[in-house]
Amino acid sequence: MGEFGIGQPVRRKEDVRLLTGGGEFTDDINLEAQVYAAFVRSPHANAKISAIDTLAARSMDGVIAVYTGQDLVDAGVGLLINDANYTNRNGKPMHKPTRQVMPVAQTRFVGEVLAMVVAETPAQARDAAEAVEIDYDVLPAIASTAHALDEGAPLVWPEHGENLVVHWEYGDKDDVEAKLAAAHTRVRVDLVNNRLIVSPMEPRSASAEYDAASGSLTVYTPSQGGRRLQMMLARGLLKMAPEKVRIISRDTGGGFGIRSKMYPETVMVAFAARALGRPVKWRGDRSETFVSDYHGRDQINVAEMGLDASGRASVLKVETLLNVGAYLSENGVRLPMEGGGRIIPCMYDIPDFYFSVKPMFTNTICTDTYRGAGRPEANFIMERLMDAGAKALGMSREDIRRRNFITEAQMPYKTHLGFTLDSGDFDGTMQMALDAADWTGFEARRAESASRGKLRGVGLATFIEGAGSRPVEGMRMRFEENGDVTLFAGTYSHGQGHETVYAQLVNEFLGVDFDKVHLIDGDTATSPETSNGTFGSRSSMVGGMGVKRASEAVIAKGRKIAAHLLQTEAERVVFENGVFRAQSSSVTLAEVATASRDASKMPEGMALGLDESVVFENDVENFPNGAHVCELEIDPETGILEILNYVAVDDCGVILNPFIVHGQVYGGVMQGVGQALTENVVYDASGQLLSASYMDYGMPRAAHMPMMEALFNVVPAKTNELGVKGAGEAGACGAPPAILSAVGDALSHIGVSHIDMPLTPEKVWRAIQEASAVKAA
Amino acid sequence: MHNFNYHRAADVADASGKLTSLEDPKILAGGMTLLPTLKNRLAAPSDLIDLAAIADLKGVSVEGDEVVVRAMTPHAVVAASAEVQKALPALAQLAGNIGDPAVRHRGTIGGSVANSDPAADYPAGCVGLDATIVTNKRKIAADDFFLGLFETALEEGEVITSVRFKIPTRAHYMKFRHPASGYAVVGVMVAQYGSKARVAVTGAGPCVFRLSEMEAALEKSFAPSSIANIKVSAEQLMGDIHCSAEYRAHLITVYARRAVEAMV
Amino acid sequence: MDIEVKMTVNGKAVSGKVEARTLLVQFIREHLRMTGTHVGCDTTQCGCCVVHVDGVAMKSCTMLAVQAEGKAITTIEGLAGPDGELHPMQQAFRDHHGLQCGFCTPGMVMMGVDIANRLPGADEKTVRHQLEGNICRCTGYQGIVEAIMDASAVMNAARS
Ligand SMILES: Cc1cc2nc3c(=O)[nH]c(=O)nc-3n(C[C@H](O)[C@H](O)[C@H](O)COP(=O)(O)OP(=O)(O)OC[C@H]3O[C@@H](n4cnc5c(N)ncnc54)[C@H](O)[C@@H]3O)c2cc1C
Ligand code: FES
Ligand code: FES
Repeated sequence: MGEFGIGQPVRRKEDVRLLTGGGEFTDDINLEAQVYAAFVRSPHANAKISAIDTLAARSMDGVIAVYTGQDLVDAGVGLLINDANYTNRNGKPMHKPTRQVMPVAQTRFVGEVLAMVVAETPAQARDAAEAVEIDYDVLPAIASTAHALDEGAPLVWPEHGENLVVHWEYGDKDDVEAKLAAAHTRVRVDLVNNRLIVSPMEPRSASAEYDAASGSLTVYTPSQGGRRLQMMLARGLLKMAPEKVRIISRDTGGGFGIRSKMYPETVMVAFAARALGRPVKWRGDRSETFVSDYHGRDQINVAEMGLDASGRASVLKVETLLNVGAYLSENGVRLPMEGGGRIIPCMYDIPDFYFSVKPMFTNTICTDTYRGAGRPEANFIMERLMDAGAKALGMSREDIRRRNFITEAQMPYKTHLGFTLDSGDFDGTMQMALDAADWTGFEARRAESASRGKLRGVGLATFIEGAGSRPVEGMRMRFEENGDVTLFAGTYSHGQGHETVYAQLVNEFLGVDFDKVHLIDGDTATSPETSNGTFGSRSSMVGGMGVKRASEAVIAKGRKIAAHLLQTEAERVVFENGVFRAQSSSVTLAEVATASRDASKMPEGMALGLDESVVFENDVENFPNGAHVCELEIDPETGILEILNYVAVDDCGVILNPFIVHGQVYGGVMQGVGQALTENVVYDASGQLLSASYMDYGMPRAAHMPMMEALFNVVPAKTNELGVKGAGEAGACGAPPAILSAVGDALSHIGVSHIDMPLTPEKVWRAIQEASAVKAA
Repeated sequence: MHNFNYHRAADVADASGKLTSLEDPKILAGGMTLLPTLKNRLAAPSDLIDLAAIADLKGVSVEGDEVVVRAMTPHAVVAASAEVQKALPALAQLAGNIGDPAVRHRGTIGGSVANSDPAADYPAGCVGLDATIVTNKRKIAADDFFLGLFETALEEGEVITSVRFKIPTRAHYMKFRHPASGYAVVGVMVAQYGSKARVAVTGAGPCVFRLSEMEAALEKSFAPSSIANIKVSAEQLMGDIHCSAEYRAHLITVYARRAVEAMV
Repeated sequence: MDIEVKMTVNGKAVSGKVEARTLLVQFIREHLRMTGTHVGCDTTQCGCCVVHVDGVAMKSCTMLAVQAEGKAITTIEGLAGPDGELHPMQQAFRDHHGLQCGFCTPGMVMMGVDIANRLPGADEKTVRHQLEGNICRCTGYQGIVEAIMDASAVMNAARS
């Protein structure tokens, strides 16, 4: 359609505000007579709390209140809940310890909130927080994913007798073992999917105010959509009627998965505001977010694949250890199964599959969803296996993939754990990437690098995603008197540009001027009742389809009104470009909207107004996929690695706004680059976080990448009428295996067979050293 | 941050007087080290004495065979100075690679030298370029100034007023940036003074140090091959979650050799 | 114990009583209630807080308000023209999709202007290295780097 319709690189509506200092992030909001919270956090990874003395803190300047876990118990505050339900094959249910907002008797990770101080100024609150005295009996702690299941490891939940949450299995282990043993070629990879700090740039914050007269509570916080937070806070935690709790997120500075969660600090700020009758505000320091925001990834995978001589894989075994932290977060424990497991074996058709997942407790903050939420881990496993298979058989990396791709002819294709893939041109997508990266011309470039003493490598990764989880979402559309259209959504843009994309859709479907369409999201007072929020690359589908459904309903209603106005039958009225036409006469949508407010102009028996409220429901997700090629160069003397070229070809289905989708790809790739090269959470043996600030945790910077090239292979999704596939998480799936593949390529001919993320210069250097030592011997 | 009293020193004597008379005072220069420390409540001085208003603590000049950088000169000014670029390009380059642009706009040479951070760049510049640290009380050879981890020869009431670098025949600084903080994991300043050579290393040990074996080898023959095979012991070096002591030891040899390569 | 500070912010004379420990960013955000300048870390690494002090980029989270006495501060709110016309750097960020969530953006834009002022015509590699002190988690920096290079050219042309 026109310049603002589907597929156009429309400049974003939200930008002018955000570029001129007009954003409204939580810490930008100040409430009349607000007071400030500061938290006392555990310095120990595992300790019994023998006493908390708040007396000194209470008597300090400006201090209004000090709360401990016991105060919450006394006030009847509920628990933080996890509703996952997995069982061991022997029928034993998973271990589900409860989590108090602030624990009373024992703390289980460094940074856990143990007390809260409220004071007149932020500085007074912090000063007083330092004066809260807590006596601990320090216990041995365990933080290591590799060792938490060892015999004799300290137990996070001693009453449970082990750190294992559950041993979850799929498939027939003995059968798969036998088939692996019988296979022509059997390859194995041992992988660490390193733990990450999610680190959206806006630190976590919360403000709350309580109106005693109406008994209503308003909480301002960054989020990925407030409805779920509202339900949890109201029903589970503060025992209030949901309609009395309102969650507002004006602007949110990035989410990446961890913002859809309920955190103790949010509960506490809300609790204190209600208890004190004064607005309470808290902005987390970055150091607080490092220890208390949920972390991402943290898996160890051992995977084996059996292939025939032609490179065709037929059997797969994956064993996963997952570090869930000290408690069960909302989604952490599900990720290997429901996040990643459902998509395994990813783009490949492998009939036999055994999958074992052992989530474990450790004395660390919980892990939870982070960009991709299990799918990057799953793709990483499959891509490393494919590279290993290619090497074992002396095949090219593209050939072995081609040999095993699920083809379009096989679709709809059911994965082992229950996804049905509808569309995708995996071979075509891969070929586009190879062509764009001049894959076949690589050896000349390798030689050129070698002449400068550098090791050059090129890597390939293909991947598939499952996007748009929980595909149910409401959307409301309101017609304003001035002809503008306002959308009320439960999806919530925290960087994705929904204000722009939804307006494009309204422009496309209803012909309303792009500038006359507005979006109100991030407020449970106005968002649709049925709403899950924005996560898992779902909003283009569920939000986009919501706009489509609402538009259709408006057109249907509008045709009846137009028919009445034009004195004809609704069946004779056609709608096009914002105009209802019947033969030579016509009325505009705006005129119909105006008429709809006037009973005298409406057909008999029709309710006034053109506004619509719809719920889009789908029974299946969509499956974005892609192929990334990364070319890099290693200085063998120092291990320093430089990315020289990066090509990303993505099949995100129909592109609503290429400008915005490119941005999602670039951002996702950079997070993958971070995971592969610089980012790593390190706890010491006692459970202290060593990578606790940007001084020690390597965030990817601008200089880590050259300009990358992002292309699309558009294969419309068949599972939704827009044909869209989620674009948000693809980059994070593609980059780590593409980079590992390239490093493998650069180093394999000197004998390096394995290296774990992150590929720090020292690790690369050591791998080269060890390989050369072996060669020399 | 705990609160403190703030003083704007009128001149060096005023600053020195306050340093000796107040309870637990600290000099405030660019604040790029001190303020983050205070923000994280790792220190709680009673008083901060700001040197920013003292005009004659600012600026760079070439005086005879020395480049003089006054204490309150920010790194960005050193990096951009045409005079420094001409007389001692290695120093300009060192200053231009400290931290990031905003840090370079505020952080000063006096603060950096006084702090003796094991990962700071200027200490390698000072020792490698045979500098003299000038204070309100005396002149201290850089070789005698840096004593250990965050430890210098500065005494109570002593204020650094300038650093005087001896202009070498040629010099080059190579730095391996810390992947997270940007500080030096290893920084090597190699300088040639006629028949003499200096090799100073920062980042790797608890404090900047010289490598006499390399210096001697370079004095025999100022060529990369002279030092390419001189191994550094990892024993006294530091390791952290990013780079082990052994790796640092290896990098020192590589970076020293590359510094020489860049010069010859 | 409170100290009176005076400075100009975006061309306007302002003053206030602050504690010695009040940071410039707190003065701007909490006293002046101008919230475009953000705080993203406590170790001076992220650059969300970058403002110009006497025309030069500085991290306002690592500067006391009293250290800004008598200085001219420019924040993101002071960059656009009086009629609301975007500064070339702001426009370029918009044209190159240099922002997603917008949290790092004020600091990025202010640093971008500083880079363009200091190093007109800087190439891609230089721009990337100059962004060492500014972290963005959303954009992968691609649009940011393009924007700074583009705006730099526009600003350069306007100067000559
Ligand atoms: C993000 C970031 C990155 C950085 N990266 C690097 C890097 O890569 N390399 C590097 O070398 N440094 C780096 N730094 C440190 C920076 O160079 C600091 O500027 C420097 O270390 C201290 O200088 P300052 O002027 O800021 O001193 P301040 O922080 O003001 O003071 C530091 C200490 O020196 C004392 N002091 C200051 N001036 C004097 C004086 N004239 N006489 C006596 N004592 C004095 C103070 O009392 C204080 O104890 C970085 C800093 C940051 C925030
Ligand atoms: S807030 Fe200033 S650098 Fe992060
Ligand atoms: S746009 Fe979100 S951090 Fe940069």
